[in-house]
Amino acid sequence: MTGSNQIVFENVSKFYGEVLGVNRVNLVLPPGVTSLVGPNGSGKTTLMNLMTGLIRPTQGRISVLGLTPDKPEEFFRLVGYCTQFDSFPKGVTGYEFIYQSLKLQGISGNEAQRMAKEAIERVNMGEAASRRIAGYSKGMRQRMRLAQSIAHHPTVLVLDEPLNGLDPMARAEFIALFQALGKDGLHIIISSHVLQEVDKISDQVVLMNYGYVVAEGRIHGVRNEVKEHPMQILVRCSRPNVVASRLFCQDHVVEAKLHPDGKGLLVRTQDADQFYLLLNRIVIDEDIAVETVAPADDDVNSVYQYLIGGSGGTV
Amino acid sequence: MTSFASTRKFFHQAPWQLWTAQLTALIQSEVKRNFLKRRSIWIYLVAFAPAMILLLMVLKNPPTGQDNIQESTSLMANLFQIYYLHVGIFIGCMGIFTWLFRGEIVEKTLHYHFLSPLRRELLVLGKFLAGMVTTTLIFALSVLGSFSLIYAHGGAAGRAFVFAGPGLGHLAAYLGVTVLACLGYGSIFVALSLVIKNPIIPAIFVLGWETFHAILPALLQKFSIMFYLKQLSPVPVPSNGFLALFSVGAEPVSPWLAVPGLLCLCTAILAFACFRIRKMEISYLAD
Repeated sequence: MTGSNQIVFENVSKFYGEVLGVNRVNLVLPPGVTSLVGPNGSGKTTLMNLMTGLIRPTQGRISVLGLTPDKPEEFFRLVGYCTQFDSFPKGVTGYEFIYQSLKLQGISGNEAQRMAKEAIERVNMGEAASRRIAGYSKGMRQRMRLAQSIAHHPTVLVLDEPLNGLDPMARAEFIALFQALGKDGLHIIISSHVLQEVDKISDQVVLMNYGYVVAEGRIHGVRNEVKEHPMQILVRCSRPNVVASRLFCQDHVVEAKLHPDGKGLLVRTQDADQFYLLLNRIVIDEDIAVETVAPADDDVNSVYQYLIGGSGGTV
Repeated sequence: MTSFASTRKFFHQAPWQLWTAQLTALIQSEVKRNFLKRRSIWIYLVAFAPAMILLLMVLKNPPTGQDNIQESTSLMANLFQIYYLHVGIFIGCMGIFTWLFRGEIVEKTLHYHFLSPLRRELLVLGKFLAGMVTTTLIFALSVLGSFSLIYAHGGAAGRAFVFAGPGLGHLAAYLGVTVLACLGYGSIFVALSLVIKNPIIPAIFVLGWETFHAILPALLQKFSIMFYLKQLSPVPVPSNGFLALFSVGAEPVSPWLAVPGLLCLCTAILAFACFRIRKMEISYLAD
C-alpha cells in the first residue's frame, strides 16, 4: 500500500452477484474535500461503503491513511462515516445516541460526555439533544448523524449525501462546516446530488458512471481534459465587437457570441491559455476596458454534463 | 515465528483495557435495550407463566401442610425439564438472542457498530453476554419463583425439605442448569441469526433435534444442548409413554464432563458466529 496520508484504491471491483457495483477503480485521494459525483446507481455509495469496510471488495485493495478496517481499533479512530441510512437505535435521545457511540470507542464517561456535547453544539442541536430522536425532523436526524460521525474527531470524514433533507440555511451552515474541516487538513469525502453546492466546497472531484470512475482530479484540471467541449469564457468589456473580430481569426476560438446588451461576449475556445494571452494583447492594443473575465463552464455541473450527460442540476 | 510465539505476542500486545471498556459499554446498552423493549413482553409472559399459574393455584388453595414432598419434587422436576428446558428457555432464548443481530438488521442500525472501533468478535461476545444477563435473570427468577411456590405450598414439610434437606441443593442445580441452558441455546440462536434471515424454520429444526435427541446415536447426542442439561438436572424425570420422548434417557455423563462438554460446544458455536460476522457485509436492502 502506498501513501500514509492518502486514501488509496488499487484496482478495486465490487460485484453484488452479477450486478456491478464498481469496477477497476484506481484512485488516490489526498487531504481536502473530495466530491463523488454521479447519477443514482453510479457506485458512489458502494465506493464509500468499501472505503469504510461495510462491504468487502470482490477484488483489489483499499487503504485509508495506510490502514484497513481489519484493524478497527486504529481504523475507526481515524474514520467517521455519515451514511445515508436514516435509522437510529430505538428509544434513545440525541445525546444518548452520541454518548453511547463514544463509549463504544472506549472513551471514559466524563470525556465522552464532553465530546458528545461538543459534537452536538457543532451541529446546533444543543436544545433538542435531550429529546428522543424518534420525534426529530429529517433535518434534525441528519444533523445528529453528522454529529455522531464527527464526535470522535476523525481525520477522514465520509459523508454520503449529507445535505439531504436540510433546509437552505442548514445547507449553508453544513457547507461552511465542511469547508472548515477541510481547511483543518481533514480528508472529507462527500457525495451529493446538489452539484452547485458540491462545486463550492470541493478541492477535487471524482466523477462516476455505471460503476466506473469517469474522471478525477481538481475541477479545473478535469474540465481541461474534456477536449471535445470547448471552454466557455464570459468577457464583460467595452467594445466587445472589436474583441470578437480579433478573436475570429484564431484557430482555437470556436465561437464568439456577442451579449444582447452589447457589453460583453461569450467565447468558446479549445485552448483557454492561448485565449487569455490573446485577450491581454487585444485589451492593450485596442484600449478595451475589461469589467470581468470568467469561465462559464469550469464547474462540476458542466463537467458532469459533458462527461455523463443529463441535466446536471441533480444527479 | 511459531504459532505459539505469535499467539503469545498477540496476547501480550492486545489492548485488553480498551476491549474491556468497549465490552462494558456494549453490554450496558444492550441489556437496557433487551429489558425495556416492548417486544420483550411475550418473553416475560413465557418465562413467568408457570410461576403465575402456581401463584394462582396457591391463592386458590392455600397451603395446608399436607402436601407430599415427593410429589412436589416430582412436579418441580417435570415443570423444569418439560416446560422450562424444552419450551420456556428455548423460546425465550430464541426471542432474545436471534433479535440481538436480526433486530439491528431490521432496524438498520447494525452499521453503527460496524463503524465503531470495536472488533466484530467483541460485538458478538458483548451481545451474547448481554443476552445471557437478560435471559438468565428472567428465567432464574421464574425458576426461583416456581420452586418457592411449590415448596411453600408444602408448609412445614416443604420448609424442612428446602432448608434442612436437599432442597437448596436442588435449587442451586436448577439455577445452574438454567444458566447453562441460556448459554447453550443462546449461542445457537446468535449463530443462527447471523446465517439465516428467518430463524423460525431452523428454530423448529433445533427444537426437534433437542426434543428427540435421545433417539439419536450416542455420538450425535453429544451435539445436543439437552444431552448435557439433563445430566445436570437434580431430579430425573421418569421416562414413561409419550413423555419418554421429552425426558432424559441418554447414557449418563458426570457433571465434570457435562459442563465442560457444554461449554466446548457453546464455544465452538460462538467461534462460528465470530467467523460469520467477520465476513458480514451491510446490505439492509437484501434483508
